[in-house]
Amino acid sequence: MKNKERKSRFLQWLDGEKDIYAGNMEMRPQKEYISSPKLLSRQEHERRLLTERANDVEHNRVYRLYKAAYRVLALVFCLSFIFLLLLEVSWLPPVGSAANPDNNEVSARYIEKGMQETGAVNIVTGMILDYRAFDTLGESHVLFVATITVLVLLRKDKGKKEDNDRVYEPKNDTILQKVAFILVPMIMIFGIYIILNGHLSPGGGFSGGAIIGAGLILYLNAFGFAKTERFFTEKTYKIVSFCALSFYCLAKSYSFYTGANGLESGIPLGTPGAILSSGLILPLNICVGLVVACTMYAFYAIFRKGGF
Amino acid sequence: MIIIEYILLGFLIVCAVSVSLSKNLLNSILIYMSFSLVMSMVWICLESPDLAITEAAVGAGVTSILFFVTLKKIQAIRQEDEEDEK
Repeated sequence: MKNKERKSRFLQWLDGEKDIYAGNMEMRPQKEYISSPKLLSRQEHERRLLTERANDVEHNRVYRLYKAAYRVLALVFCLSFIFLLLLEVSWLPPVGSAANPDNNEVSARYIEKGMQETGAVNIVTGMILDYRAFDTLGESHVLFVATITVLVLLRKDKGKKEDNDRVYEPKNDTILQKVAFILVPMIMIFGIYIILNGHLSPGGGFSGGAIIGAGLILYLNAFGFAKTERFFTEKTYKIVSFCALSFYCLAKSYSFYTGANGLESGIPLGTPGAILSSGLILPLNICVGLVVACTMYAFYAIFRKGGF
Repeated sequence: MIIIEYILLGFLIVCAVSVSLSKNLLNSILIYMSFSLVMSMVWICLESPDLAITEAAVGAGVTSILFFVTLKKIQAIRQEDEEDEK
């Protein structure tokens, strides 16, 4: 019995329903400050004098000098900055020269042995999701943290009355709805194609996810929140993001555990060029795509109404 | 082909300058959108189509839409709507 009560109190505290200071801290209402009318009129007079002096631009010599110096200095600063940057660019090594510092054995190895080691025809995806998959994991987490930050900043509580954001928009716009009706399925299919073909053709998780997110935003704009909430709520976002990110973590942990450098990991690489090939790259692409698509949609939904 | 690239690069500079010089915030966002579109074409000329896809989806699509929503939140667009109605 006592255990249960403690648990429910803890849950209340976790949800923010219970004020932990209520009853535990002495709270005294502050006395209201009332100033005398004489003091008030004096304050008013002084403020007026001050604003008059501050707004008197024409007789203020320092202000005019400051304004002129500000313009001149801004111009000088911009020009010198542009000059410095151009000077820096002129010192860069020429494009395509064999003696450039980026022409080292790392990129040569990526180009020569990339397909053999990762199984991906698209070298870029092979690099991003195999050699440098740890980077991509960090990028996915940056997106996740960005969503959390936006949610913290722009969230509205559910109990309070929402201000209607659709007042200044065309409601049920026929042209927008017809265009979205035709375009949204094509955008979605294109995004899914880019994600699934990430290891064969240009693209990958991030691009495909961004396209799917843009398609979701178009759908939301045309048909409103009532339709999108049937399949995408805060719960969906939490589950999809958590599952994708944790699967990514586990997959890369397994890859690091087995040596992370082309050692035998038990995952077949398949024939390069087939859709089911290149080991872990395809599932990782799908994970990144899911996270990015959800994040794009979540950004828009939070900006629009402060929630999903 | 190299002529097209030079035209696109010139357009990029024009867009970048006019974004900062335009008085109207809505116009700035529209010019920024066209900047992203031209940039995605430049990426294709530089033979990196994956970056072009991302630039078109994120730069021209999602970011500009977020800018629009932000402008509406701080009520920078609403005033113009009312002026149009009058």
